[in-house]
Amino acid sequence: MTELFHRKTRAFVYGMQMRACQSMLDFDNLCGRETPSVAGIIYPFGSAKSAKLYWGTTETLIPQYQEVSKAVEAHPEVDVVVNFASSRSAYSSTMELLEFPQFRAIAIIAEGVPERRAREIMLKAKEKNVVIIGPATVGGIKPGCFKIGNTGGMMDNIVASKLYRPGSVAYVSKSGGMSNELNNIIAQTTNGVYEGVAIGGDRYPGTTFIDHILRYQADPKAKIIVLLGEVGGVEEYRVIEAIKAGTITKPIVAWCIGTVAGKFKTEVQFGHAGSMANSQLETAASKNKAMADAGILVPKTFEEIPEVLSEIYQKLLKSGEIVETAEPEIPKIPLDYNWARQLGLVRKPANFVSTISDDRGSELSYAGMPISEVFQQDIGIGGVVSLLWFRRLLPKYCLEFLEMVIMLTADHGPAVSGAMNTIITTRAGKDLISSLVSGLLTIGPRFGGALDDSAREFSNAFSKGWSPREFVDTMRKQNKLIPGIGHKVKSRNNPDLRVEIVKEFVKKNFPESKMINYAITVEDVTTSKKDNLILNVDGAVSCAFIDMMHSCGAFSDEEIKEYLANGVLNGLFTLGRTIGFIGHHLDQKRLKSGLYRHPWDDITYLVGEKL
Amino acid sequence: MSAKSIREFDGKALLAYFLPRSPIFGAPCTAEYPQLAPKLAQLRFSPDASESEIKEVFDKAQACYPWLTESGARFVCKPDMLIKRRGKSGLLGLNKTWEEVKQWVGERAGKTQQVEHVEGKLTVFLVEPFVKHDQKSEYYININSSREGDNILFYHEGGVDVGDVDAKASKLLVPIDLSKFPSDEDITSQLFQHVPEGQRSALLNFVKRLYAVYVDLQFTYMEINPLVVLETANGIEFHALDLAGKVDQTAEFECGPKWSIARSDEQLGKALKDESAVVTVDNGPPMEFPSPFGRDLTPEESYIADIDAKTGASLKLTVLNPKGSIWTLVAGGGASVVYADAIASAGYADDLANYGEYSGAPNEAQTYAYAKTVLNLMVRGDVYPNGKVLFIGGGIANFTSVGSTFKGIIRAFRDTKDEILKHKIRIYVRRGGPSWQEGLRLLTDAGNELKLPMEIYGPEMHVSGIVPLALSGKKFDIKPFGVTPSA
Repeated sequence: MTELFHRKTRAFVYGMQMRACQSMLDFDNLCGRETPSVAGIIYPFGSAKSAKLYWGTTETLIPQYQEVSKAVEAHPEVDVVVNFASSRSAYSSTMELLEFPQFRAIAIIAEGVPERRAREIMLKAKEKNVVIIGPATVGGIKPGCFKIGNTGGMMDNIVASKLYRPGSVAYVSKSGGMSNELNNIIAQTTNGVYEGVAIGGDRYPGTTFIDHILRYQADPKAKIIVLLGEVGGVEEYRVIEAIKAGTITKPIVAWCIGTVAGKFKTEVQFGHAGSMANSQLETAASKNKAMADAGILVPKTFEEIPEVLSEIYQKLLKSGEIVETAEPEIPKIPLDYNWARQLGLVRKPANFVSTISDDRGSELSYAGMPISEVFQQDIGIGGVVSLLWFRRLLPKYCLEFLEMVIMLTADHGPAVSGAMNTIITTRAGKDLISSLVSGLLTIGPRFGGALDDSAREFSNAFSKGWSPREFVDTMRKQNKLIPGIGHKVKSRNNPDLRVEIVKEFVKKNFPESKMINYAITVEDVTTSKKDNLILNVDGAVSCAFIDMMHSCGAFSDEEIKEYLANGVLNGLFTLGRTIGFIGHHLDQKRLKSGLYRHPWDDITYLVGEKL
Repeated sequence: MSAKSIREFDGKALLAYFLPRSPIFGAPCTAEYPQLAPKLAQLRFSPDASESEIKEVFDKAQACYPWLTESGARFVCKPDMLIKRRGKSGLLGLNKTWEEVKQWVGERAGKTQQVEHVEGKLTVFLVEPFVKHDQKSEYYININSSREGDNILFYHEGGVDVGDVDAKASKLLVPIDLSKFPSDEDITSQLFQHVPEGQRSALLNFVKRLYAVYVDLQFTYMEINPLVVLETANGIEFHALDLAGKVDQTAEFECGPKWSIARSDEQLGKALKDESAVVTVDNGPPMEFPSPFGRDLTPEESYIADIDAKTGASLKLTVLNPKGSIWTLVAGGGASVVYADAIASAGYADDLANYGEYSGAPNEAQTYAYAKTVLNLMVRGDVYPNGKVLFIGGGIANFTSVGSTFKGIIRAFRDTKDEILKHKIRIYVRRGGPSWQEGLRLLTDAGNELKLPMEIYGPEMHVSGIVPLALSGKKFDIKPFGVTPSA
């Protein structure tokens, strides 16, 4: 029988497993293989494209297919599949793979394939003469030739256990983790692993100990066989029968783990689904004894495996059955960048810095406060704005103030520019985002911009030490209107209640309110000239906001200047008004309003006239 | 997840629903199977249930199952908790009126019972109609799975004294390829030689239907003993007087809906629906997989089983002896068994407190939860004069990151450091695999910082070498991690 795996073995990896594929390619490199072992990736849920992997230091493209038939058509030389499908789809995917005659070996990684399905896979595979490794396994490895998926781990382990070149010891085990341990033990006591297979921990593995041991028996390069069995199942007895029948003649070192099971009072299900003794025959102790009686080299305890192995190895070395060869030189495999970063071996400056929130941990956090605490402490919308905009949790009255501003600025009817824009865009049949953005785009110096402007003008006047009258006179001299002063309709006798709400809140809650007081006095001056030159809501909010930042003691003067200059008030207005714009969008949608066209008679056409 | 035992109640409910329905293999059956609501009453009590609770359970049962209070009706009552050989342990009430049943069950409900060397509380009972019959109408049937296929065992003399069935029973192997299901002639000649002629055809139909259910619902084991075959005026009736079954829990994604629908209130013919019931995944309650009698899952084991079910990684915990002084936190289904073996070899099997493993690359948070659970169990109760031992072990991992799993373990240490010191816990570590150096280094630093007594080894140490090192004083030539060998 030709070898199952060799230096030119080509395989498909079924499922999205970049890390495993890269691991296989790195192994190929270490072994000095000329071509990568992974010919293609089959992934039914992704679009067909190519995956970028490293072949040594250069990148290579491995094609990706959605259907097995397409992959098979493109790569008739592939005869191995490493199947990473989940336990729910492992059966159907494997049965499909078995329809294609070119495959000789399929490794099924998933744990949890129902027992009946595993038997059906086993039966069909036998009919088609395909070797199934698994399910519920990490796979196996043939040094110098091929590595199944994640077997053998990282390259440092491959190098330490000399798995990049063949030795003379072939093993078969149920456990993936323990087979990696065997790699280590064998490397330390002999000339190394020739081939190793982990058949998996389920009750009905596709191939069992005897299947692989017979392969090793038939392969002249395998000189010693190691069998790591387990409590549960009767597969070890089939090996004993084969020895008695003379089918197996090579020396076998074996041990069944799980000798402790008999010492428990009630039955304990160990980690592997198959490791439960259904009868006395299936206990580890019975099997160890039976194997020893049949002439298998069984140590007294698991810990003594290295001694027993070393002994038989030395014997075969002396007799000339095993000939040690010179160690080949190992190519240097560059460390994967992400892995090196994880190990702290390299560093590189990041392209971005972000300081307000962190989504990487087990819990989302805003400025360091975990999201659960955000709710536990009931900090509200104001609190969230405080954390994400200012990176600190301001006192309660500030949070309430922020929320109040958002509520006050939420909407100002359909007639204002922004709302009108939104309405017209919605009526043009556009989506929410487009309609919202259309409204937001009107926010600027004339609409919504009064907040920023009045903050700038008032604080400028205040910091220069101008009296309210001086401020008003200076602005008049410069022919500038005072942003934050003036209203179309409202006046002293018919006040804007929004402003009253702000003034009330400041009076009641702020420890100091120099700016608002200044602004109110400015209003005294301006309203003496004209009744409607009241402090409007923009002026009130921006002055109160400045007061908030000063009074809470959480900001330096420098910071306050910077925040205002960077547009935090603009941000507040935008945040609040978004509520209204979305409202208008939904409203128009609800009304199923049609496309808007402005009436001609409301436009003065001066086309072609000299202006 | 693997093959797990189910209660007799659940097994019988599945049969009642699916015997008439599951698709048959081989030649079609010659007669229909009656679709009847089963008469099965499950009674559940709290451990140490009060008299008033017991009465409440009976009252509710009477309302749910009107057939319990039919005049002249007689019943069988027994605990339904995966206890074997109940008849021999005096745990079987036969031919009782409903009043007598209440008496019998009431005496045992919620109370401790010793069965062989295990003790537990009797909390779940099954009440069914008593089937009057002759000894000679008791048969034995068993279906079990093996690598070659499914084995059907049949013996014409069933009952509690059936003896060694393996030796006596007639056997039939059903191959895995069900298109090769044996012919009616083969089945009859293999199994029913000692059965009266008049019953063979009905028995054939029944066995084929039984096998159909076995396959359809992915049983891995089913034993009916005795199977009572009654020749009545209406034809031949089959009664499974006792049923032990195991189904493949990994098949839940395929069979879950089937397992559920057979046990819904409607199918069970309940007159009183459970209004408070939560919304279930399928049209009926999820299948129950009870722990072996006397081995209820502790809150900690349930917690870990929950996490295990939600991830592709594997996390398993079984508390063997909560008062034990030797605890393990081992990675891998194989290595964890090797450690248990080594601890038993050293003579400490009775002191071994837990069996468990984590593998398949659990993340830091999952490993933290796992380690924290084990540590919490370790620091419960009294301080032992000789302290306790914790083995943090494992092989050389293939792809589990030692670095991130150990970070989880370290975090658990930080949370419990005072108790660890108080309970004089000595910690021994051996591990290899991806980023093992980082993992061991972080652990060493944490140990120094938290002043925890730790001996740490990398892959140079034999996989379970730290066990004889800790328990038998064995000496090794290998230096602990981070210690440079002296010149």
